[in-house]
Amino acid sequence: MLCVEKLKKSFGDFKAVNGAYLTVEKGQIVAVIGPNGAGKTTLFNLITGQLQSDSGSIVFNDENINKLPPYKICRKGIARSFQIANIFPRLPVFRNVQVSVLSQQKLSNKLFHPASQMAVEETNHILESVGLLDKKFDVAGSLSHGDKRALEVAIALGNEPELLILDEPTAGMSPEETTATMSLIQTLADKQGLTILFCEHDMEVVFNVAQSIMVMQQGHTIIQGAPEEVRQSSEVQKAYLGGA
Amino acid sequence: MLLNIFRQKSLGVSVVIFFLLLITPAIIPKFYTYILAVIFVTALLAMSLNMLVGHGGLFQFHHAVFYGVGAYTAGLILVKTSWPWYIAFAAGPVAAALIGFVIGIFCVRLNRLYFGMLQISLGSLVWAIAFRWYDMTGGDDGIHGIPMPEFISSLKSSYYFVLIVSGICIVLMYLIYKSPFGSTLQAIRDNPERCAAVGINVKRHQLMGIVVATFFAGVAGVLFVTVEGSIFPDLMFWVLSLEVFIMCLLGGWFTFGGPILGATAIVSLRTFVGTYTEYWTLILGVILILLIFFLPDGIMGYNYREKIRSWSAGRAVRDMK
Repeated sequence: MLCVEKLKKSFGDFKAVNGAYLTVEKGQIVAVIGPNGAGKTTLFNLITGQLQSDSGSIVFNDENINKLPPYKICRKGIARSFQIANIFPRLPVFRNVQVSVLSQQKLSNKLFHPASQMAVEETNHILESVGLLDKKFDVAGSLSHGDKRALEVAIALGNEPELLILDEPTAGMSPEETTATMSLIQTLADKQGLTILFCEHDMEVVFNVAQSIMVMQQGHTIIQGAPEEVRQSSEVQKAYLGGA
Repeated sequence: MLLNIFRQKSLGVSVVIFFLLLITPAIIPKFYTYILAVIFVTALLAMSLNMLVGHGGLFQFHHAVFYGVGAYTAGLILVKTSWPWYIAFAAGPVAAALIGFVIGIFCVRLNRLYFGMLQISLGSLVWAIAFRWYDMTGGDDGIHGIPMPEFISSLKSSYYFVLIVSGICIVLMYLIYKSPFGSTLQAIRDNPERCAAVGINVKRHQLMGIVVATFFAGVAGVLFVTVEGSIFPDLMFWVLSLEVFIMCLLGGWFTFGGPILGATAIVSLRTFVGTYTEYWTLILGVILILLIFFLPDGIMGYNYREKIRSWSAGRAVRDMK
């Protein structure tokens, strides 16, 4: 479904991503792990177009999406959440999600129809699935950290993506919130058949949920494989234990 | 169905105010009727700007250009051609939107302040044309005594014309404000990067917003001609743009109706304090300073802030339970 090959990106002299390989099959939950500064977020930004790669290829559903602008990549069926809560702080929670649902339904340009009566059911459904329905009239900026992260995911779901990319979905969360978020991810994959790609620091979380794990270090891919395979790889052990 | 989107209370208040304004010319002196008409025109202009500044997050620093283009187009057609009045009146907003589109194409490529700076320069270019092209525009003298069609030739009739047209425009703008287009525009204001990530073509959306807003600025320009019967380059000078920008900030730029309040305040200040001293801007300056300290979201924005505060407080209470 998604195939990344030989991807490179440098900022000045610093090679943030330097030979990344990644394969995601339909219906899988795939995790990207690696020490701080390994290039995980940069890789995601390259896939969803926030950054432009220097070289390499990104193929999604047999189509090269490398160097397309973010909005076009989104319309191809890839939605994402961000590591720092990236929401619409002045708008109510409901509107936050509705904006992406309207965009998905190609209604964003309607000039004289009342938005309050459009895409209401879909939006409520998504809010319910992430547990924010009772806060839908709250201004998004006033939510707690955990709720903002949930909203972040809800906005991405508004696009009805085939592939959902989550950049550290549990960053800064309490253990309870982390468990809740991971079970949400599991449910999304099981019930809606979503393909999910995420990156994470918490090893336990990753090995419990992911069906395939890609390990990055200093911008390049060390290995991608099933959790067992990755756990036993000597190179991975060296990267994590022996220091970079 | 459409009426649902108007909040009951504000709909009621607006209707009452509208009917009050319908009967006022019968009671008040001519001069005040004229001032009211100027306020309507200016309010419409300020609201069209606020669509970009407050709701779209675009620093359209030189918005008066499109007001001027609307006024000049209508005025010149009335004076220089024998075309009927309605063509002149329709051409004003269309020309403004067209210029808005052309300038917008260049500006939306830039962000924030850079957008504003390019917008000022390109806008000033249009002003320079109107200022310099003596044969066509009358240069800095402008053109006075533009012949008006019979039905709006008196002050009272032009007052009603301005009131009704700007009323219609404000309703249209409210519909746009509440439409998917409007809420997407507000989302772009809050977070353009995120909007791109949910599949919105941000630049195109902003450009469309500029076209719509400049169209309404053009309508305001035409209305100005019907009230004053003259056009002059000050209509598109940057000083006016700044004044209109202040109206948005003063009234409350994150609200819908704020600019009406701002326009009323500044036009009144200019008219009534301006007769005593030409330094009326001094008072405006003091008001602005006080505003920044005490009401950073503008007069109507105060209300909005309180609402957020009470929402958050309500949530805190709920969380405790």
